[in-house]
Amino acid sequence: MPTAMDIYKLLPRKNCGECKFPTCLAFAMQLANQKVALEACPYVSPEAKAQLEESGAPPIRLVTVGVSDLAVKMGDETQLFRHDKTFYHPTVLGFVADDAAGLAKMKERIQQTKFAMFERVGQIVRVDVVGVKHSSGKPEDFLEGVKEAVAQPLPIVLLTEDPKLMADAVALSGQKKPLLYRATPQNFEPMVGVAKACCFPLVVGGASSLDELSQMADKAKKAGVTDIVLEPGSSSASNMLENLTMIRRAAIKKKFRPLGYPTVTVLGRSENDLMKASLGVMKYSSMVLLDDVPREFLFPLIALRQNIFTDPQVPIQVKAGLYPVGEPNEKSPVLFTTNFSLTYFTVRADAEKSKIPIWLLVVDTDGQSVMTSFAAGKLTPESVTKAIETEKLKEKNARNEIVIPGMVSRMSGKLNELTGMKIVVGPRESSGLPKMLKSISG
Amino acid sequence: MGFDAPREKYPGRIREVVIGATKEQGGTRSISLKVGGSNGLQFHSFESEMPHRPLVVMDVVDTMRVVPEQLLSSIGPVVKEPVEWAKACERDWGADICVVKLQSANPEEENRSVTECETLVKDVLRSVSIPIMVYGCGFEEKDAKVIEAVSNASKGERVFLGLAEEKAYKSIAAASMANGHGIVAFSNLDINLAKQMNILLMDFGVKPENIIMDPLMAALGMGLEYSYSVIERLRLGALLGDPVLQMPLVCDCSCAWAAPEALEENPERGKPELRGIYWETMTAYAAVVAGADLVVMRHPQAVAKLRAALAALGGGA
Repeated sequence: MPTAMDIYKLLPRKNCGECKFPTCLAFAMQLANQKVALEACPYVSPEAKAQLEESGAPPIRLVTVGVSDLAVKMGDETQLFRHDKTFYHPTVLGFVADDAAGLAKMKERIQQTKFAMFERVGQIVRVDVVGVKHSSGKPEDFLEGVKEAVAQPLPIVLLTEDPKLMADAVALSGQKKPLLYRATPQNFEPMVGVAKACCFPLVVGGASSLDELSQMADKAKKAGVTDIVLEPGSSSASNMLENLTMIRRAAIKKKFRPLGYPTVTVLGRSENDLMKASLGVMKYSSMVLLDDVPREFLFPLIALRQNIFTDPQVPIQVKAGLYPVGEPNEKSPVLFTTNFSLTYFTVRADAEKSKIPIWLLVVDTDGQSVMTSFAAGKLTPESVTKAIETEKLKEKNARNEIVIPGMVSRMSGKLNELTGMKIVVGPRESSGLPKMLKSISG
Repeated sequence: MGFDAPREKYPGRIREVVIGATKEQGGTRSISLKVGGSNGLQFHSFESEMPHRPLVVMDVVDTMRVVPEQLLSSIGPVVKEPVEWAKACERDWGADICVVKLQSANPEEENRSVTECETLVKDVLRSVSIPIMVYGCGFEEKDAKVIEAVSNASKGERVFLGLAEEKAYKSIAAASMANGHGIVAFSNLDINLAKQMNILLMDFGVKPENIIMDPLMAALGMGLEYSYSVIERLRLGALLGDPVLQMPLVCDCSCAWAAPEALEENPERGKPELRGIYWETMTAYAAVVAGADLVVMRHPQAVAKLRAALAALGGGA
């Protein structure tokens, strides 16, 4: 980010006050803090404007593929390690339909991709984009595939290195804003021309080194393509890790503009590629395109993406409420815990191990764990009592008894007083639950 | 503006730790293994040295209680016989090390005697030639006796004994020091505690080259992101020069099998066992990418997948 002085030097310095600030320096200070927009100055020169926009741009450009609420955003990351702040835009996952497989198979793959979605920890997670690729098949099949892909709701990636065929595919894409894959040293100028004409984002790849890749990106930018996605070499996992790390570092630590773009990794479906896809999620690939992969792999991959892109600054919460574990009835034991998701899942998993059905009352503690929320006064006899009342526990369960986490045994007396329920002090660690549950359900 | 690759040089280095002892070194193992020694992030061979690849430890649990039914067909009948299980780890599945988890010593479960535990460890040592580690059942009083007996029974083998915890480390530290063994220092997803454990052990007299750290690996979908970041931060702390954090890291990824999503019946998510294999592989892969020097795993196919992935990261394949 430029300082107020850097900005001041580029302003007209006439202190006209039309920006509503008394002096240009005052305006520059507001600009440096991103409190006002440069447009407020009617006299700034186009050169200064371009220069300021350039220096104020994020280290990695945000590139959007697709339109509507299913559009995907890539880039605009600011960190090398998630613990330093967070990673903002989860790696976009896509399946590719290749015309080598014939039109029927392509159509099938496009439909499969549309339905590759799961619900996990309360979120809908899915394969985000469909790729349509021309390799050894017929160009007309490819274009038919493009039509099929354009007709479905997910954003699309068009994969062909033939600029003419790309232009035909672009003509079929309407306003869908597909990602164009890709400009290489062999087709560079015509492919950049196609991207420039339609203003769709373009992948730049096929370079033999990061140096060459950065030169290509720079040239594409100078030719008028603003939304660029980089495809560094990924011939081995080792090579992929090195290139993606170097690009991320160059963009963030060195503000090296020619590599300040999101990245894409195109893989197949071999075991090696599956692990590379996992590596891409952890180590800086903004988009990973795969062949159709086994569901047994896809689901854990999506879980990994959810984990890595969880904001470390915000505890993940589950919804407060009364959860059945197994098939409990009115005589089953009742336990309570907090709504910090890690706590909830651990307690739930340990309770499940007992194979004894229970009711698990999840108290809203703003996503804090048992000890933290107890210390912060969020997990109190009063808050537990309130949860018991809100969930109408006494109507659903006749046991009139509640198991409390061993760590908060101190609240037994007060909780008993407020609820009239018998208090059973549970284990300090939830790993002790199976044994404990067996003993109380006799 | 030309591109100048921004390589990182760190002042610190992970300490090299030796696990197992050969005949010349006073034990009976066919090999002793080194971990650690690197001066960069894992597999960043483009800017740092990584003299030893991460090691795969396979677990042998002395009770079937913890092994999910779906695994029984793959691991096979050996799960009923810990000694056979350990043999299979070495002979069939290519484990670098095996860790014997003496869970049946748990006084609230099978409550197996100290002598039985000791005999089992001796049998395992006789039956396999790879280095071993031995974990107690987690009950302090019982473990004090069990680990002491194990230590005496395996004198000179350079076994890594665990788990030393903040409130229960003295007896196990004494046992490890008495017979030239190593120790696994456990902490619960807490960088300060991880450091504190190493300080406590060193103050007690354990040499730093005899310590490996277990910062608690949470499985995929079960809080993996917490472990991932704790491991990264421990690793970076060590590389930035904190000598009390420069111990190699071990991550127990067999926890993947306790994640409900790994094995639940859900046709949309494919076959449970295969999904579980990927679940464990990906948990271990994340651990290594974040900075683990050793991973503990259970399923032979997950081990094979991880090994291939590590070979690829190391520049092969």
